[in-house]
Amino acid sequence: MARIVLKRDLTPVTKLFEVEAPLIARNAEPGQFVMIRVSEYGERVPVTISDFDRAAGTITIVVQQVGKTTAMICAQEEGGSFLDFVGPLGRPAPLPAHGHVALVGGGFGAGAINTLARELRCRGVRVAAIVGARTRELLILEEEVGAHSDAYYACTDDGSYGYSGFVTGKLEELIESGAGFTSCYAIGPMAMMRAVAETTRPHGLKTLASLDPIMVDGTGMCGACRVTIDGELRFSCVDGPFLDAHKVDFDELVIRSKMYHDEETAASRACAAVEG
Amino acid sequence: MPIVRRTKTKMPVLPSEERRDSWEEVALGYTPAQAMAEALRCLQCQDPVCEQGCPVNVPICEFIADVAAGDFGAAVTALKRKNLLPAICGRVCPQEHQCELLCVINGKQEPVAIGHLERFAADWERSHGLDAATAPAARRPEKVAIVGSGPAGLTVAYDLALLGYGVTVYEALHTLGGVLAYGIPAFRLPKSLLAEDIARLEALGVEFQTNVVVGKTVTIDQLLDEMGYGAIFIGTGAGTPRFLGVPGENLKGVYSANEFLTRVNLMHAYEFPRFDTPVHHGSSMAVIGAGDTAMDAVRTAIRLGAKEAHIVYRRTEAEMGARAEEYHHASEEGAIFDWLTQPLGFVGDADGWVRGMRCLRMELGEPDESGRRRPVPVEGSEFLIPVDTVVIALGTNPNPLLPQTTWGLETDAAGCVVADPETGATTREGLFAGGDIVTGAATVILAMGAGRKAAGAMHVYLQGKQATADAACEAETAKP
Repeated sequence: MARIVLKRDLTPVTKLFEVEAPLIARNAEPGQFVMIRVSEYGERVPVTISDFDRAAGTITIVVQQVGKTTAMICAQEEGGSFLDFVGPLGRPAPLPAHGHVALVGGGFGAGAINTLARELRCRGVRVAAIVGARTRELLILEEEVGAHSDAYYACTDDGSYGYSGFVTGKLEELIESGAGFTSCYAIGPMAMMRAVAETTRPHGLKTLASLDPIMVDGTGMCGACRVTIDGELRFSCVDGPFLDAHKVDFDELVIRSKMYHDEETAASRACAAVEG
Repeated sequence: MPIVRRTKTKMPVLPSEERRDSWEEVALGYTPAQAMAEALRCLQCQDPVCEQGCPVNVPICEFIADVAAGDFGAAVTALKRKNLLPAICGRVCPQEHQCELLCVINGKQEPVAIGHLERFAADWERSHGLDAATAPAARRPEKVAIVGSGPAGLTVAYDLALLGYGVTVYEALHTLGGVLAYGIPAFRLPKSLLAEDIARLEALGVEFQTNVVVGKTVTIDQLLDEMGYGAIFIGTGAGTPRFLGVPGENLKGVYSANEFLTRVNLMHAYEFPRFDTPVHHGSSMAVIGAGDTAMDAVRTAIRLGAKEAHIVYRRTEAEMGARAEEYHHASEEGAIFDWLTQPLGFVGDADGWVRGMRCLRMELGEPDESGRRRPVPVEGSEFLIPVDTVVIALGTNPNPLLPQTTWGLETDAAGCVVADPETGATTREGLFAGGDIVTGAATVILAMGAGRKAAGAMHVYLQGKQATADAACEAETAKP
């Protein structure tokens, strides 16, 4: 059981939780994730660690409601607990000691780049954060990510705020204008990470994506999260989650991620019917 | 005088037609009369060779004599001197390759059903509520940590708790039992049995902590240096699934046996949507491999509603790894066995779902290094098996997570932790290991045997390091 010490509504569908987990907080590094299960009947799902506070013994996560399980996570209240909260899992993101890094976050990914930005700044690395959302109301953690970055660029698909267009448009613009990025990290929806990979590929800009395929145990046991990297089999949970975005077989990953599409749709509908 | 039969007393089972949609245990256990009749088949050898086949040296002759005499309590007491988890072993041990293989009447007639009798005695004790274990009055100050709550870890916990140590078992998953929980299905090992064994350990004072991934949540260094554990047992098992490495293996509908069984056993996917974790199960399923895990998977597939459930194996029935009983039960339940069949790859549809498996017919050639006849392809024999779900049950590799994050812990080329087979001592002082993390994927009983040896060695390590050194010193000076 991990107690929720703080809950913040970032948007109507995106929640931030600060969770009491001293052991995890002590060993956590940027880029790792936790597995969460909210009820005896629930699934185990991976959630990226957005921040950790070793002194306070807390882990921060940002969860966007996309299906039944994420809806159940988002429904947990401050003072309540997550039944199972396991981590820190995966390898820490391999971060450079110097250079100029582009951090690209879409949707909930803005939360996830927060801890990378902080760590990079600590190391003296220059950080440009490019954060996107469909519309202004869905942009999250501007203040926090902005504070941990040398440059912060908000992007909205509908042009309601900041750069008008996708994060990849802004990224391309910055690369073209000679930002001199030495590496790029992408966290967010799979389509966004793939688009980031295609944007940086022609520029030869080293890009790592935080892959989040379906997982069951999250400790290398089930193989559900297997991905093909340059023709080789890798498990996202123990070899990743940050893997070379130019070498990921995204076609396969996208298809595999939809394996339970029908079951998920039915479960979300049933869930909505109960609530409605 | 009762008539002594030449064949084993048959254990009652659920009728096969009732099993297809039932997760209840298939084998129902002997009645006292059946057990006593079977026990009378034992010749009570002066030199019981069967006992040499048992990795934990159960006093087989003695406990069977007690069963024959109707003194079931004495039988359990004898069993438990060597095996604290007999209800589990009686169900999952490959007896036909161990004790029963060496039974002197084996060959002339069927061997004594030692496994069935072990199970009977253990179940009799449970059903009479006599299985409470008592913790020793004197507790020792030393604490030990056990990593992994599978059969090896539970055995070490048991032995060290009985010796009075403070024992904490760390488990990565949310449920205790390791492979006994996520791997072996309830129709073979009811989960209530495991829960009862764990409750007995708790009654002995063993502390269990789920959701702790040692090597990640806490490191071995933290356990030793900061949390006050004097010794650590590593029983993290062989949890990493092997794949075939053929085209189409990542199509939707292709599972590792670990994933398929974990979804069903640990996450209750067979109760979807009451439980949230789904499992894909089509009408035509193929399980690749022919060990116990493959039999578990094919029988699970049948219970999930597969119209056709195949075992696809490149060798034959004679070379398969599964226990005879599991093979027999799978056959009764309607599994189809495609022997001498080698998968070459998988074919998918436009949506990325597996739809077929390209295979090659094989024939048996000369014996290979394992002593089994090597399967060789029959030229031009390629054919397609239509399937919509595939489970790959080709074994597992040691879980690398802990060795990767622990200094001084040597592993071999296969990733197995290097440990002394007699003591479980690893290359780092204070760290002991046993079970599949040392041997690679093996059996529950071998893991328990390794756990027992390691527990003894940990006791010696904790108590006697100095004493042993002194004794050695004395012996040295006593030499002329």
